[in-house]
Amino acid sequence: MPRRRFITPVLHALLVMLVVVLVISDPLFGAPPQPSSSIVLAVRVQEHVLANGMKVLLVESPKAPVVTVQIWYKVGSRNEVMGRAGLSHMLEHMMFKGTPKNPKGTFSRTIRKNGGNDNAFTSQDYTAYFENLAADRVELALELEADRLRGLLLDEKEFQLEREVVKEERRLRTEDDPQAFLVESLFAQAFQIHPYHWPIIGWFPDLNAMTREDLKRHYETYYAPNNATLVVVGDIKAEALLPTITRLFEPIPPAALPPPPSVVEPEQRGERRIVVKRDAQVAFVMAGYRAPNYASADSYALMILESVLSHGKSSRLYQRLVYDQKIALAVGAEYSLLQADPELFYCYAVVKPGRKAENVERALYREIARLQTALPTVEELQRAKNQVEAAYIFGQDSIFRQAMLLGQAETVGAGWKHVEEFVERIRGVTAEDVRRVAQRYLVEDTRTVGILMPTPARAKQAAAGAQ
Amino acid sequence: MTTRRQQTADRPVMILRAGLPALLTMLALLAAFPWPEPASGADINPVRFVMPNGLTVLVVEQQAVPIVQIHTLVKAGSAQDPPEKAGLAYLVASLLDEGTATRTARQLAAQIEFVGGTLTAKAEEDYTAATARVLKKDADLGFELLADILQHPTFPDRELERVRSQLLGEIEAEKDDPGQVAAKAFNQLVFDGHPYGWPANGTEETLPRITKSDVRGFYTREYLPNQTILSIVGDLTAEEARSLVTRHFSGWRKGPTPVRATGTPKAIEKPVERLIEKDLTQTTIMLGHLGISRTNPDFYAVTVMNYILGAGGFSSRLMDSIRDNQGLAYGVGSHFDANLLPGAFAVSLQTRNEAAHQAISAVLAELKGMRDAPVTDHELSEAKSYLIGSFPLRLDTTAKLAGVLSLVELYGLGLDYFTQYPRLIEQVTKEDVLRVAQQYLHPDRYALVLVGNLSKAKVKQ
Repeated sequence: MPRRRFITPVLHALLVMLVVVLVISDPLFGAPPQPSSSIVLAVRVQEHVLANGMKVLLVESPKAPVVTVQIWYKVGSRNEVMGRAGLSHMLEHMMFKGTPKNPKGTFSRTIRKNGGNDNAFTSQDYTAYFENLAADRVELALELEADRLRGLLLDEKEFQLEREVVKEERRLRTEDDPQAFLVESLFAQAFQIHPYHWPIIGWFPDLNAMTREDLKRHYETYYAPNNATLVVVGDIKAEALLPTITRLFEPIPPAALPPPPSVVEPEQRGERRIVVKRDAQVAFVMAGYRAPNYASADSYALMILESVLSHGKSSRLYQRLVYDQKIALAVGAEYSLLQADPELFYCYAVVKPGRKAENVERALYREIARLQTALPTVEELQRAKNQVEAAYIFGQDSIFRQAMLLGQAETVGAGWKHVEEFVERIRGVTAEDVRRVAQRYLVEDTRTVGILMPTPARAKQAAAGAQ
Repeated sequence: MTTRRQQTADRPVMILRAGLPALLTMLALLAAFPWPEPASGADINPVRFVMPNGLTVLVVEQQAVPIVQIHTLVKAGSAQDPPEKAGLAYLVASLLDEGTATRTARQLAAQIEFVGGTLTAKAEEDYTAATARVLKKDADLGFELLADILQHPTFPDRELERVRSQLLGEIEAEKDDPGQVAAKAFNQLVFDGHPYGWPANGTEETLPRITKSDVRGFYTREYLPNQTILSIVGDLTAEEARSLVTRHFSGWRKGPTPVRATGTPKAIEKPVERLIEKDLTQTTIMLGHLGISRTNPDFYAVTVMNYILGAGGFSSRLMDSIRDNQGLAYGVGSHFDANLLPGAFAVSLQTRNEAAHQAISAVLAELKGMRDAPVTDHELSEAKSYLIGSFPLRLDTTAKLAGVLSLVELYGLGLDYFTQYPRLIEQVTKEDVLRVAQQYLHPDRYALVLVGNLSKAKVKQ
């Protein structure tokens, strides 16, 4: 089972970040910005809303005889409360522990014996479940998903066992991964009262304190058809599939949903810094700036800024820190506009052994300062746009990614139509926009800095035992 | 628009080893869903041709998305490194896009990235893969750049030194990943003295020894069109592909096929272990031994056997025992690394330090279980239907398909592989599974590596 990381700051981060998703194709690619009517969608999204409020997005993509079924619930760590961090993710694990009709183990075994793969993922803003399988078995996945939307068993003994599994997952992903540990600490510092403060996987004390009743309440509150989006992309006929979806999901009654979380993180007034010291070989520097989400028109210029800074070997950070100055092993910047609430624009560098973290930190800021003073070149701006657009087209190669992007856009509140407008909005970004958003958002006073400082070997022995 | 900070999944699942409740479940499911016949392979018919200079070309046209994936595989990897210069193939590959006769490193990056494409090169044990991924409208540029880095790299001194120092830094950074630390130690134990035993990216000792003339010599000896497979998948017809290949690769001159002196790795004869102390909350465990080559006729029976043992995700015995019934690990799996020569068989997992012993015992019990009794009919049919049914999912993007095409050619599996695969899996019997378990699983002579807090794991030497 491959090990996955929260973020992928190590070594091949640049490649990973270029692997963006998408669904729009434009035959006029490369031409100057055009009015929206000129954008031809290669992929048509068909939207339906069932009587119980469940949204259904269907895309016919016959390029291979396969299909992806994804159900996205509007619940993630953002919907949790202090003291129960990690509840959404724990519930995600328990969703595989059976219903009266399909007892523990049946779900994945059924999908697998039909040649499919299934899994799930939880983020700050959503929990999503998926099955990838041969297109002629799409009904099987739909039937299983409809079944576990109601009547999850939540057996106490299974919960006790699964809690241990999740704790192992936390050890694997966070405790024993120095960079992931730093990222977690940085978010806890950058967000003081907003739920983005706590990690998706939860803290150990919260995992230990969690009860079956907590899970049951969370499930009953958020797992309702009117809080879900079903996305099916693949070799399907929407017209033929919709009656099946309606038959399976429409009888499930809607629930009274709580109002969405309304906590607004107060304005940050001054830089915050954290240092993590632990057994590690290489130092790591990360700076997160408070940044807006999709709701702001500035989000597109921030996407371009991210690309200019960090996409590929010709990007600013790579050219300066890795290629010219040779002080970093890897560099990156990351910004996601598909967040339910404003989050962070962050840059990071893995410090080359023998180099000083403070020099690397200063070099990061120098690159940001350059973007605040001078405009990006015409070539840089065009490259960034071409990269974003090409990534969208490459994304169509994978039906899973197409579905994921639609589900994510819909679930965080942007709406799937946001995806259609994205390329055009990106094309409209000017060099002045890039400089303006760099000046407005990438500022010291709203920055949270995290430094991972490897401890000398001897200090480790003393620290051992404290766990 | 990446999806960062996302906690990936998990789920559990137990495997139903017969028994009454299992039967009832099965019946319920059968009633609910008519059981379709297993999918019959994948409808993929590559066009294959060989250029006058010996370059083998495979083309699959896919018009759905206006993109092109160009995948070259050069039959030289870390298995061809001199032992004292481990990492040579990897260094050569890393330098391909760092300067050619007509382009600097910066220009190469700028050209491919301006059109939103990617250019990669990386050495593995048996081969080096270099790829270009571009939009259809940039197909010519993609071919041109890939052809350039394969045919005209200049290995400039300053790039050589910079990349070497970068690779040394990456080796240092790998020590922060317990999985990498364990895998390196494990390979050393399993392939004692054999080239598969050293890391493809070299070591702190060997990388500094590599000279410019080593790099040039390796390149000149190994990077030949007659040693290269070129796979093209995407929105190009076979004729368009042929003309692009002719334009960009015809000038590549044929050379003498390099001599291969590497022998088959020897099996270890008694249990060996390596304990590595690290201040961690979990102990990473790798347990295994020599496995099989990709051309071994037992490959398909081993695939079915290993699915049931530990490659079948939540349907596997290892996951069932170690995660679902004992709550010892988030992930556990087993893998046969089938290369040109026999690669490793390994079980790997991470568990809290205190549980290391319990987890190792559970792994050994499952290995013995596979050897002691036949698998059930149920397990066998589930494994086969997954492996056959999921075959198209393993080929459902241009990048996945291009990679598989090159390997099909490298291992000589034949162009009908895509239609033959279901049959090869289908014909595996319970007796085959038992026989290959007894032949290829050795719970009495294995290599064991532990990385973690050893005093808590109570395995301190």
